[in-house]
Amino acid sequence: MDSLESETWPEDIYQVLVENRVRQVAYVPDIGHASLIKMCHKSYNMKTMVLTTEEEGVALLAGAWLGGDRGVLLMQSSGVGNCINMLSLTRVCRMPLLILVTMRGERGEFNPWQVPMGQNTNQILTVAGVLTFAVNDKDHIKEAVEAAAKMAFEGPAATAVLISQRIPGAKTFGR
Amino acid sequence: MNSERSKSYPLRRRAVVKELLAQRGDALVVAGLGAAAWDVTAAGDEPLNFPLWGAMGGAVPLGLGLALAQPSRRVLVITGDGEMLMGLGSLATVATQRPPNLAIVVLDNERYGETGMQLTHTAGGVDLGAIAAASGIPICRTVSDKKSFRSVIPQIQKEVGPLFFNIKIRAENLPLVLPPKDGAYLKDRFQLALLGTNTII
Repeated sequence: MDSLESETWPEDIYQVLVENRVRQVAYVPDIGHASLIKMCHKSYNMKTMVLTTEEEGVALLAGAWLGGDRGVLLMQSSGVGNCINMLSLTRVCRMPLLILVTMRGERGEFNPWQVPMGQNTNQILTVAGVLTFAVNDKDHIKEAVEAAAKMAFEGPAATAVLISQRIPGAKTFGR
Repeated sequence: MNSERSKSYPLRRRAVVKELLAQRGDALVVAGLGAAAWDVTAAGDEPLNFPLWGAMGGAVPLGLGLALAQPSRRVLVITGDGEMLMGLGSLATVATQRPPNLAIVVLDNERYGETGMQLTHTAGGVDLGAIAAASGIPICRTVSDKKSFRSVIPQIQKEVGPLFFNIKIRAENLPLVLPPKDGAYLKDRFQLALLGTNTII
């Protein structure tokens, strides 16, 4: 957690969300998103909603968009699999969707149960019609989120930024 | 599982939805996939209806996002028991958000109507109203006769929510009344009607 607290990339992401006028922040938490979630909770302009499963967030943000609110969906890579059918809503209705995924099961993962989704997150999202932006370097996160947000909201398109486990602060349990 | 009882429930789905929407005012209506969407369409295809043709389990969370984005408008989610059962977790999310403008109405015929009228869990005693109440939604009621239905219509339309109404309706196969199915068209016409032509979001 110490290394996570000292990293500035979550603040960078938060600033991009502010600049993009994101109003609804839906999430199933991950340790890599912990700082960002805290910042969003403190924001006066953002509503935060913890979900019981990630697919709820896909539908919720579709409703938000219908009502004129922009949103973002935060999850870890295992949650991507929970979204697949619901992503047909985004696609058929041609709505924007911005997803920020912290990766597990990707590289040096200690928990084998994270590997099946983590190794295939990018492909699964791609097949589901989501544009993906994989980031392996913390200095590139801000640019990737900016690009994904722009293509999502101005598309409209479904986009996802995949934040690598190699990025400091995105690791879990100190392993 | 009780395979017979809902065949004799007195409330009929088309009449229930028609009555519910007769004085909808400026309410925004989300309809869950299948028969609920056909019922809403039978009551009148409107730009401020958002009927789903898929996304099963998504009607309530979609209504929640809409209700949070449009706090001054009533949001009415009308869906079926099968669709609701796929998204039970969303009731917990609604309870934590407590949108005062959201009303959820489940048309519970204890059947998966579009796939051959197979029994759902509610035929086996699962009580959706009790689940919603236990999730923390402050006002939850189960309604199974005409008199009680009439008495709750003003609540559904006006009372401070979130609210959850499980309406026990007769299991019956009715003629399809289909809304437009192009999702992009449904979205565009909804946003034009709600947000106006010059709104850039």
